[in-house]
Amino acid sequence: MNFMASKQPENSLLGPESDSQRTLYPYVTGTSVVALKYKDGILMAADMGGSYGSTLRYKNVERMKAIGKHSLLGASGEISDFQEILRYLDELILYDNMWDDGNSLGPKEVHNYLTRVMYNRRNKFNPLWNSLVLGGIKNGQKYLGTVSMIGVNFEDNHVATGFGNHLARPILRQEWHENLSFEDGVRLLEKCMRVLLYRDRSAINKLQIAKITEEGMTISQPYSLKTYWEFSAFENPTQGAVGSW
Amino acid sequence: MFRNQYDTDVTTWSPAGRLFQVEYAMEAVKQGSAAIGLRSKTHIVLGCVNKANSELSSHQKKIFKVDDHIGVAIAGLTADGRVLSRYMRNECINYSFTYESPLPVGRLVVQLADKAQVCTQRSWKRPYGVGLLVAGLDESGAHLYYNCPSGNYFEYQAFAIGSRSQAAKTYLERRFENFADSSRDDLVKDALMAIRETLQGETLKSSICTVAVVGVGEPFHILDLETVQQMIDAFEIVGEQEGPAAEPDAAAAADQGGSTEEGVAPMDI
Repeated sequence: MNFMASKQPENSLLGPESDSQRTLYPYVTGTSVVALKYKDGILMAADMGGSYGSTLRYKNVERMKAIGKHSLLGASGEISDFQEILRYLDELILYDNMWDDGNSLGPKEVHNYLTRVMYNRRNKFNPLWNSLVLGGIKNGQKYLGTVSMIGVNFEDNHVATGFGNHLARPILRQEWHENLSFEDGVRLLEKCMRVLLYRDRSAINKLQIAKITEEGMTISQPYSLKTYWEFSAFENPTQGAVGSW
Repeated sequence: MFRNQYDTDVTTWSPAGRLFQVEYAMEAVKQGSAAIGLRSKTHIVLGCVNKANSELSSHQKKIFKVDDHIGVAIAGLTADGRVLSRYMRNECINYSFTYESPLPVGRLVVQLADKAQVCTQRSWKRPYGVGLLVAGLDESGAHLYYNCPSGNYFEYQAFAIGSRSQAAKTYLERRFENFADSSRDDLVKDALMAIRETLQGETLKSSICTVAVVGVGEPFHILDLETVQQMIDAFEIVGEQEGPAAEPDAAAAADQGGSTEEGVAPMDI
């Protein structure tokens, strides 16, 4: 009954497609996540938007979640794939807890597990369409890393996904330093998120900042940033160029 | 233990509630040459007696490195031990690959025990005939475990398995309270002394024993023959100075009152 069966050219390497369920494009997506290491742990920020293409469809999406006792995961990209990843991690942490010994998976272990998952999915041409940020602290050791949908992973003192890489990272490279206080860290993240809000069309003005320290994870209530649109350069922008915008 | 009608199958209980095949497997461990292990807060030392079949042959490998932070000494059917070591190495390497972190030794030991248990509950299998002393480091410190063919595992401060291990156990029982704070070198010396106890008067030399160490900042490795011989020579000299009755094992800890140590015949299990 396959009227519109997907057709492959004769020389395709993709294999049988009758059960084609591989991800081809994302549908509901989240935009940038930005995170940095500070004195007591990790700070991470993400807005609460879920875009459906160019429509800002969902405005209450929590894109950061605690994983176990020691880690915090933030995701951009396909929201349903993020939820799937949360299910994988839930099972991982469950089995880790079931050992009931003194050992627990720390952020480094979770990050590497995610890297394996993302890379293996990519190899099967069925990626989880996300860019992930994994941060945490265990036994005083801070850890912050990122994994992309093709399995590229690395750690750094500050990371970002998507547009954050282009707009936020340059700010962080200039202004980040070791042992930022909590207030300075938040101020720095807000500076990055404000730039993203001005310039990323998928960003919305409703964000959360999450913090993870040895004591645990806390996530702020959603709040908005103050913005300023009265710059004189934006008044009458088409003066001298009628017809343009 | 005598032959009886309930010992053919591992899946047959005796009326007294025993699984004889499992117990026979544990006998195989007792017949193997001795292996000992002891630990402090930061280090674990494994040692074993290596008796070659003849002068012409080399001795069997009884201590295996499983990972940088885990090693194992075996007693019993060395072939079974080799296979289990391969399993352990595989588990460690897979965990390291997925999590970029060393497999906690406590978890490996449980996996090993569960693997052994399977063989006690399948009619087409037999229990592994090897006892394993697993030494490893994890987040909570240094650990020494003993894995039994029955599928049980126990954690120890110090332990000995194999033939004439009771002599070593007696020695270790006397000294174990000091082990937690021992230095690495003292721990190795104690291991060598414990090995000597199992030799029943035969001279201890590095050609007939193997010693391995793992500790904080020290990956698992087997000590080479010269190092071991030097340590043996060091405490034998001390022993001769201390005990004019030419008792070579009064040695390192002078506080033990050496004269009671010889004279008690090492018990055969």
